[in-house]
Amino acid sequence: MIAQAALVLTEEETMLKQSAHDFFTQKMPINTLRKLRDDNDPVGFDRERWREMAALGWAGILIPEEYGGTAFGYRGIGQIFEESGRQLAASPLVSTALTAAPLIAVGGSAAQKDDALTAIATGERIVALAFEEGSRHQPCRITTRAERTGAGYRLSGNKTCVLDGHVADQLIVVARTGAADDDPRGLTLFLVDTRCEGITCQRTTMVDSRNAANLQFSNVEVSAQAVLGECNAGYNLLEPVLDGARSGLAAEMLGSALEAFDRTRAYLNLRTQFGVPIGSFQALKHRAALMFCEIELTKSAVIAALSALDERTSDLALLASLAKAKASETLELVSNEAVQLHGGIGMTDAEEIGFFLKRARVAQQLFGDASFHRDRYAKLRGF
Amino acid sequence: MTMLDSFRTDTRAWLEANCPHSMRTPLPDEERVWGGRNPSFAQPDSKLWFDCMVERGWTVPRWPREYGGGGLTPEEALILTEEMQSLNCRTPLFGFGISMLGPVLLQYGTIAQKAEHLPPIARGEIRWCQGYSEPGAGSDLASLQTRAEDCGDHYLVNGQKIWTSYANYADWIFCLVRTDTTTKQGGISFLLFDMQSPGVETRPIKLISGGSVFCETFFDNVQVPKRNLIGKVNGGWEIAKQLLQHERGMISRIGRAIGGTVPSVEIVARKYLGDADGRIADPVLRDAVAQHVMNDHAFELSLRRAGQESAVGAANGGTSSMFKYYGTEQNKRKFELILKCVGMNALGWEGEGFEPEELTVCRQWLRSKGNSIEGGTSEIQLNVIAKNVLGLPE
Repeated sequence: MIAQAALVLTEEETMLKQSAHDFFTQKMPINTLRKLRDDNDPVGFDRERWREMAALGWAGILIPEEYGGTAFGYRGIGQIFEESGRQLAASPLVSTALTAAPLIAVGGSAAQKDDALTAIATGERIVALAFEEGSRHQPCRITTRAERTGAGYRLSGNKTCVLDGHVADQLIVVARTGAADDDPRGLTLFLVDTRCEGITCQRTTMVDSRNAANLQFSNVEVSAQAVLGECNAGYNLLEPVLDGARSGLAAEMLGSALEAFDRTRAYLNLRTQFGVPIGSFQALKHRAALMFCEIELTKSAVIAALSALDERTSDLALLASLAKAKASETLELVSNEAVQLHGGIGMTDAEEIGFFLKRARVAQQLFGDASFHRDRYAKLRGF
Repeated sequence: MTMLDSFRTDTRAWLEANCPHSMRTPLPDEERVWGGRNPSFAQPDSKLWFDCMVERGWTVPRWPREYGGGGLTPEEALILTEEMQSLNCRTPLFGFGISMLGPVLLQYGTIAQKAEHLPPIARGEIRWCQGYSEPGAGSDLASLQTRAEDCGDHYLVNGQKIWTSYANYADWIFCLVRTDTTTKQGGISFLLFDMQSPGVETRPIKLISGGSVFCETFFDNVQVPKRNLIGKVNGGWEIAKQLLQHERGMISRIGRAIGGTVPSVEIVARKYLGDADGRIADPVLRDAVAQHVMNDHAFELSLRRAGQESAVGAANGGTSSMFKYYGTEQNKRKFELILKCVGMNALGWEGEGFEPEELTVCRQWLRSKGNSIEGGTSEIQLNVIAKNVLGLPE
């Protein structure tokens, strides 16, 4: 007999969203991403800006207060992601604040937490999750091995799509310590220093002008204290955090869809052909109205998933898959329509609308695309 | 414990104590209670449950107590809905008086009009129908031609309405009439009258589903007392549009009444397509079913979010068109998907060789085609969203 989750923002959340809105529009508008791209920036984001975000408490939103975090939860970080998505802001929010921080906060030993969490919250440390091994999201398909040695473990294997892997100070590596290659059992997480001998890094420049890395582990020796959580139980720790990442990213995608839609709507009012604004044509009005409906549904799915994460309800996984699938479908629709409705100008690099299309496809793939999550949702619902 | 928490506890306890177990089962269409001068109850418990809820004012929980309502705040009404959902309690009374006329009477009616018409609606004593569309006025509703001539102490109504849902069972009608022929929207008035008045005739229309939920309704010199005019003379269009929002809200929940009987797509799919390792055996249809069920889930969450928004006074005015559009299109897609899963067995018209549910699905599939036409077509809803929500130019 409990109240259903609140799907409207509290006053506090609204204020957080507003300050995030102001920050991203003033300090990290899309032209700052363009500049990083054009400068071939070796980091791929602005470290100074990341420190400012940390000073606002955003790097530590999922970190308990005793470790210098703000513990504002997933609904809180979701508001920041939505606003960051509006400006396509490049930062280590996904890798470090959304993924690594909760993994360490939930699974870390006292020593790991003491060492890493405060450093993450202050923006000094970047931590990346190395788990994918293929071109598509397959969280259980892990062939990187961790073999037991006298003092610890020896890691060997290849990881792809490690977000911020090229600049990370530490990595959380998902490796197999048992069971078959696509079995969720037998996985173990290791928190390792990127300077360990045997790690080679290849930076990958992606279409969205953000960066990731392919990492190779060749007989990397780590101590037993590097294990994050329990041996062979890594997936139990990883899965809810992946659901958090899916939901946070869905919030970012919602923000991108809202912004691309707002810009397109403005263009429909502005652009005239045949002597009238093109937005007066019913064929275009209906396409805009259809996008509005899909965005509204996505908004509901995203806030429901964020709430479920904070409340740790039993339908958390289901709602995370719903949010990521819906956000992926909606942003695909909106990013395509945005370019089409901008006409020729939408095809130019000078116009910013194309940046939304590029980021959309990367965000769709990260942590599972719509078809991955439809399959997962159906499995969870028992069909 | 806050006031709302204790309201929730008390409500749950009251429902547990008063809602008969037979009223916590799926509600077939033919067992819905519509009230009216000659009410029918499919089983004794329907009457029992109906009487209980009438007495508490919970047939219309938000209406003021003086008019037979429950006097609940928006937050309390939301809790009542949630608790009824969680116990699967049937909606005790249906009717266009509750869902469409009541809300605009509360807004535009005089004290005398409210006192006359609201309590009989709340108590299920008068069943209402809606006189809106005409043969020449569908999507272009404001071009309606039914005349109401000022005859001093009464109006004389002449004309024809069409698609009047359940007019043949209704006791009273709320009707859009033309009181000025020189302007369009500005010449429409909103009248109430008794369907037993001399000069009113209804003819059911046979539909593609074989059913006849709609009627043609004819008015031949019907005398209507002037006190039955709601709002101002020639001021009916504003009321008409307001009422349409309530109608759209209702239609968008089609197939979603508490404890409805429409089968869920995934259950039908499993039954007819079989199961392979816990999955629907046909992978292509499984993906389509998953997409449908997920959109349904997101839609339900959106209805809930809109409910919460209106409870805190942050409602978005354009949402009734969005829900009307999406809910009805979704309902049509649902039946198309069920047809694909069931195959030829869903295409029987009548007689032997089919399960009763299979024959029902076929008729429901045909009926669903009307959802995106009645209450304003899907195309009109998209126009409304583009204009009122998105601010796109005319």
